[in-house]
Amino acid sequence: MTNTTTPSSTDSFAPDTGVLRTMRKLHLPQKLRNRELALLLFACVINSVAIVLVQLGATGAVDLDLVYLGAGLSALVIGLHVCLRYVAPKADPLLLPTATVLNGLGIAMIYRIDLAKGLVGWSAASTRQITWSAVAIIAAIVVILVIRNYRVLFRYTYVFGALAFVLLLLPLVPGIGREVSGARVWISLGGLGSFQPGEIAKIALAVFFAGYLVRTRDSLSMVGKKFLGIRFPRLRDLGPILVVWALSMLIIVFQHDMGTALLYFGLFTVMLYIATGRLSWILIGFALFGGGAFFAAQTLTYVQGRFQNWLDAFSPQVYDASGGSYQLVQGIFGLAQGGLIGTGLGQGRPQLTPLSQSDYIIASLGEELGLAGLFAILGLYLLFVSRGIRIGFAGQDDFGKLFAIGLAFTVALQVFIMVGGVTRVIPLTGLTTPFLAAGGSSLVANWIIVALLLRVSDSIKTGPASEVSA
Amino acid sequence: MNRELKRVSIVVLAMFAALFLSTTVIQVAQADALRLDPRNTRALYDSYDTERGPILAGGTVIAQSVPTGDQYAFQRQYPQGELYAPVTGYFSPTQGSAGIEQYMNDYLSGTSNTQFLDTINRIVAGQAPKGAAVEVTIDPVVQQAAFDALGDRQGGVVAIEPATGRILAMVSTPTYDPNVLASHDSKAVIDAYKTLESDDLKPLSNRATSGDMNPPGSSFKIIVAAAALASGDYTPESEFPNPVSLQLPGSSSEVFNWTRAACGPGETVTLREAIRQSCNVPMAELAIQLGDDAIREQAEKFGFNSEISVPFPAGKSIYPSKLDDAQTGLTGFGQYEVRATPLQMAMTSAAIGNDGDLMAPTLIDRVTGRNLEVLSSFEPEVMTETLNEESCVALTEMMINSVSDGQSNGARIEGVDVAGKTGTAQNGTGEPYSLWFTGFAPADNPEVAVAVVVENDGNLGHHSSGNIVAAPIAKKVIEAVLNK
Repeated sequence: MTNTTTPSSTDSFAPDTGVLRTMRKLHLPQKLRNRELALLLFACVINSVAIVLVQLGATGAVDLDLVYLGAGLSALVIGLHVCLRYVAPKADPLLLPTATVLNGLGIAMIYRIDLAKGLVGWSAASTRQITWSAVAIIAAIVVILVIRNYRVLFRYTYVFGALAFVLLLLPLVPGIGREVSGARVWISLGGLGSFQPGEIAKIALAVFFAGYLVRTRDSLSMVGKKFLGIRFPRLRDLGPILVVWALSMLIIVFQHDMGTALLYFGLFTVMLYIATGRLSWILIGFALFGGGAFFAAQTLTYVQGRFQNWLDAFSPQVYDASGGSYQLVQGIFGLAQGGLIGTGLGQGRPQLTPLSQSDYIIASLGEELGLAGLFAILGLYLLFVSRGIRIGFAGQDDFGKLFAIGLAFTVALQVFIMVGGVTRVIPLTGLTTPFLAAGGSSLVANWIIVALLLRVSDSIKTGPASEVSA
Repeated sequence: MNRELKRVSIVVLAMFAALFLSTTVIQVAQADALRLDPRNTRALYDSYDTERGPILAGGTVIAQSVPTGDQYAFQRQYPQGELYAPVTGYFSPTQGSAGIEQYMNDYLSGTSNTQFLDTINRIVAGQAPKGAAVEVTIDPVVQQAAFDALGDRQGGVVAIEPATGRILAMVSTPTYDPNVLASHDSKAVIDAYKTLESDDLKPLSNRATSGDMNPPGSSFKIIVAAAALASGDYTPESEFPNPVSLQLPGSSSEVFNWTRAACGPGETVTLREAIRQSCNVPMAELAIQLGDDAIREQAEKFGFNSEISVPFPAGKSIYPSKLDDAQTGLTGFGQYEVRATPLQMAMTSAAIGNDGDLMAPTLIDRVTGRNLEVLSSFEPEVMTETLNEESCVALTEMMINSVSDGQSNGARIEGVDVAGKTGTAQNGTGEPYSLWFTGFAPADNPEVAVAVVVENDGNLGHHSSGNIVAAPIAKKVIEAVLNK
């Protein structure tokens, strides 16, 4: 170190070409991560502003306690971001900020309804939602740190299949299973509240479907007879879809949960189609589920009721009936009240709608943020899903592609089932609106999906910044 | 695999497109209809939160909202409720509304289209919602005078500014206190409403603009006279046979003058004399000569047989259709099935006093927003040209005679020409009379046209008459206007 006193510009770089090389190598990922950080900070600002606006709108004063809690969550997502810099520097930069905004808007709206109902402390859904958000983000951090290479999941395909099966059946086990508003999809965690294992099961199922289909797709796609220009599978290859179909029907019959059944079955059918490239699977899937749903609508009164509430929501008999369309119509009234620009955060009456923090969170948001706000939220979902699909396009191996698509599609399908249910596109069924709705299991599952998508996207060689032609 | 992915992406896009569409349909296309759904309690709660605009009469607050701590946020108050009830009506957050409260609700609640920009500004500025102020045309002095003059009688008074149609007074007695119907205790409101509704004196009915319609009796003679003058075949000096009684054609009924004598000493009597002495026989003769179509045409020009809103709807005054000669004869002095409201008779006088131009009557002067910006203001508007000027002058002269030196002298005011006509209408054998006066003053340049009806004989039995009971009330109303 002779020239420390008079450093020249050329000398200072000369001795350390190794660092330069590393920096060049890291240049692209750093740019991605910096972009992510900027968006993430913006997302945290949006969330804090939303909470303050809720307070000003509903009470006229600012209560900093919740802002501090929000700041804690911000710290956690930034922690996740820092982890990504080390273990997944090339991961997609838009997924994390998108999930953060959705999660934050959900908390703001749940908090807003707590304020209207005068709920504070642990009885307030917002407190629990913040706690669960923390748990969920930590879970995502753990997943991203532990699973350094998603291909290990491929190895455990059948383990995940069995896990999904067990998780799904847990609520039916006497003693730990619990029934909430007619659906038996919960397990009791003692003092910690309850958990919906089906939410975690959907991730296990995505792993299982992807692994299974990659292994068996040749036999599922190559063999079979052609009919009307479409190649139909052999009878014995119908096995897997029949099994998933039977599982879905069991969920409908025993757990009274049409939404979950539709989600699993839709997920499997789409993954099957992508893996095999055979349209016939879609047709068979539609026929099976349509037939099952039709049969259920004829025989199961709760399914019947759902269809009636959907088709004839505004008729006085259906509206006044027990388990009738009252909730649905109240949600629609809320949306109508919001109109184009909304009543403003904290200034509407979303609490008039039953389940306004969970099933009808989208109606609550639509009331206070208006159509403009709903378009923004749907836009965020679309962005999230499209990033997932993009990872599928650019994926390096079939398992990764299929897995990423499966994860992205569960989010898309869940949004469609919930928002479509609230706005009467389809009959309403009890799923959760990803990231927004109050509920711990759903948050944990969706944040794990974020982590897994990040992990898969990191392995894409060309990097998400440059387009990969399909 | 990527080909399938592309197709799935399109399906995902289509799913989201369906959601964009469905939210747009609900939040934009169907939003207005959904807000009007009676099961939608949000609109109702919104109306509680709004500080409803006040109703003002010449600077006097006659209805206002004051903050309360309860769920409805504001309590509607009527400082002189009984006096102004026929104008304001009432507003209950749960049990409906009436009067100006009902018909100007869009403005008062801040939901009218003209307040849309204000609503946006309010949301941006974070201000509390507030409705617009409605200023009515009522003159508190005239209103009070009419109310005091009616006293404990059962009836109605309307005073109109002839040149503009502005309603200066609208009184109906017995009245009610709208404060009891604005209570936030729904049960108390329902009980109070039931009590008022079952009251034989019908305090909820607005006798000034509707109520149980009364036959106008002799006050209708000015309309028959107007029809005669308008035909061009008659003048005030036209003569009619003057018998003690008239056998109606095709009928066994006989018509008498109220004196049960001939109308003056002569063989014949002029139209002028018939009006001055309020004789029935010559007016029946005139009516039969004119025919019911001519009379109906003239009556409809003054507003009979049509809906009038001020802005709440007034009862339709009636000149019946398809009359035979006997029935037409009876309508010559406002009997048979002719029915009128004080509003209608005041409009008639106002039109005659305004050279035949009938101005559309209204209670609304101005509507002002939160920053005193004028959202809507009243413009005088000619509703109908009822009668030519020449006929108006002749008719006015006859009406002046009737007050200064005739059967309507109860309305005479020293130093002022009052043009007017009384009426004492029968409601059937044994039934009490409906007592009327309508007119305007000063006759050459009228500042006010007034109509008074007193039901139930004015509590005096069958010795009463329009001149004894109704004319002095009208006189006090006219004095209240002129003394200002």
